[in-house]
Amino acid sequence: MIRDAITIVSKDLRIEWRTKESLASFVVLGVLLVVVFTVALDPPPDAAPMLAPSVVWATFVFTGLLGVQRGFVLERENDCLAAVLASPIDPAALYVGKLVANVVLLAVMQALVVPLVAVFLHVDVARALPGLAVVLLLGNVGFAALATLFAAIAVRARAREVMLPVLLLPLLVPVLIGGVKATQAVLHGGLGAAQDALSVLCAFDVVFVVAGVLLFEHVVRD
Amino acid sequence: MLGPPIRAEGLRRDYAGTPVLAGVDLLVEAGELVVLLGSNGAGKTTLLRVLATLLRPSGGVLSLFGGDARAARRRIGYVGHESGCYADLTGAENLEFHAALHGVPSSRVSELLEWTGLSSAARRPLRTYSRGMSQRLALARALLHRPDLLLLDEPYSGLDPGAAARLDALLVSLRAAGHTILLTTHDLARVVPLSTRVAILHRGRIAWTQAGAVDPVVVASAYDAVVVA
Repeated sequence: MIRDAITIVSKDLRIEWRTKESLASFVVLGVLLVVVFTVALDPPPDAAPMLAPSVVWATFVFTGLLGVQRGFVLERENDCLAAVLASPIDPAALYVGKLVANVVLLAVMQALVVPLVAVFLHVDVARALPGLAVVLLLGNVGFAALATLFAAIAVRARAREVMLPVLLLPLLVPVLIGGVKATQAVLHGGLGAAQDALSVLCAFDVVFVVAGVLLFEHVVRD
Repeated sequence: MLGPPIRAEGLRRDYAGTPVLAGVDLLVEAGELVVLLGSNGAGKTTLLRVLATLLRPSGGVLSLFGGDARAARRRIGYVGHESGCYADLTGAENLEFHAALHGVPSSRVSELLEWTGLSSAARRPLRTYSRGMSQRLALARALLHRPDLLLLDEPYSGLDPGAAARLDALLVSLRAAGHTILLTTHDLARVVPLSTRVAILHRGRIAWTQAGAVDPVVVASAYDAVVVA
């Protein structure tokens, strides 16, 4: 299973490296959202850092939706998913491979968005970087776990661009709240101050990674 | 696992309550080349996808090599309407990816690229391939793990006469090598002479079948009687 998952990850990342379709949309939409949030809210310099967590997570979710969807659209082109499922691969390995590829791409996006937010909203992220990295990774895994599962459902629908946010956003509320709270706590008091929010993120990650592994076969096979 | 490559009894598959396969009875023995004919919407693609374990049957009995679907998957090669290969990967990368999923050594990739005449195009992205080249790559993909059963869904669709003649030769060589082949087509004049058995699928059921040296004229009359009438 691990070998198959690695095969899926390396294939997805190779295609992304070659086409840069998800990365391009991450950069354009990420920069745009950070600029729009900053200009629209127009916070005074001393209040600006308070907005940083919500801007980071809102940008992350909206930008991430695009990239995760792309990962399954390429499986539908040329009926590639059927060819993969006709092989003896365990669908759980396909899920884990897609999940890891999404986590890597979303981490690249976070690495672009966080410095932008730091500049626009005057946040000293360097000081809190290790704790912030933990929070972002946990939120990333939770988002990707759920989004990978739902992207596989939505890609079969005609209105898939609408379907994914409609299905996904309500279920992402715990990640969003946990992510914003944990980021706020880490920026102002360190990792120790974010225990409760981190517990929410950890629980969400475990529940939806396990759910994805168990349910994926029923989602991708009719 | 013992048993014929395909044994289907009363196989059914519904889509949103509408029966597409309405009780297919089909037995395919090892080494056969079975041609499945039928009009558009007869259920040929659905039947092949069920046999390839991509769709679950809604009812009936399906036995592949006498065992369950997951175990049988290692012995089945499937080529659908599309290539099943990634447009942004090269021909060789596509085959290496599927070789890894099947646990097949990468030496098999170059062997199949040569066999399908794609060695010179192996380092080009799939999106630059013609329809005939994509079809040959799909066939190479399906053959990577030396499957005992090959399921081909309209493999002649979109091929020019040269590519179709090349596919004829590939099918003959595959059968000679002991593969069991089930293919769907509308081009009965081309494929029937290569077959060991012809079956006509109509309204989700096998409405006519004949084994042995099948005369294309007999098949055409049967097709007219079953489908056109």
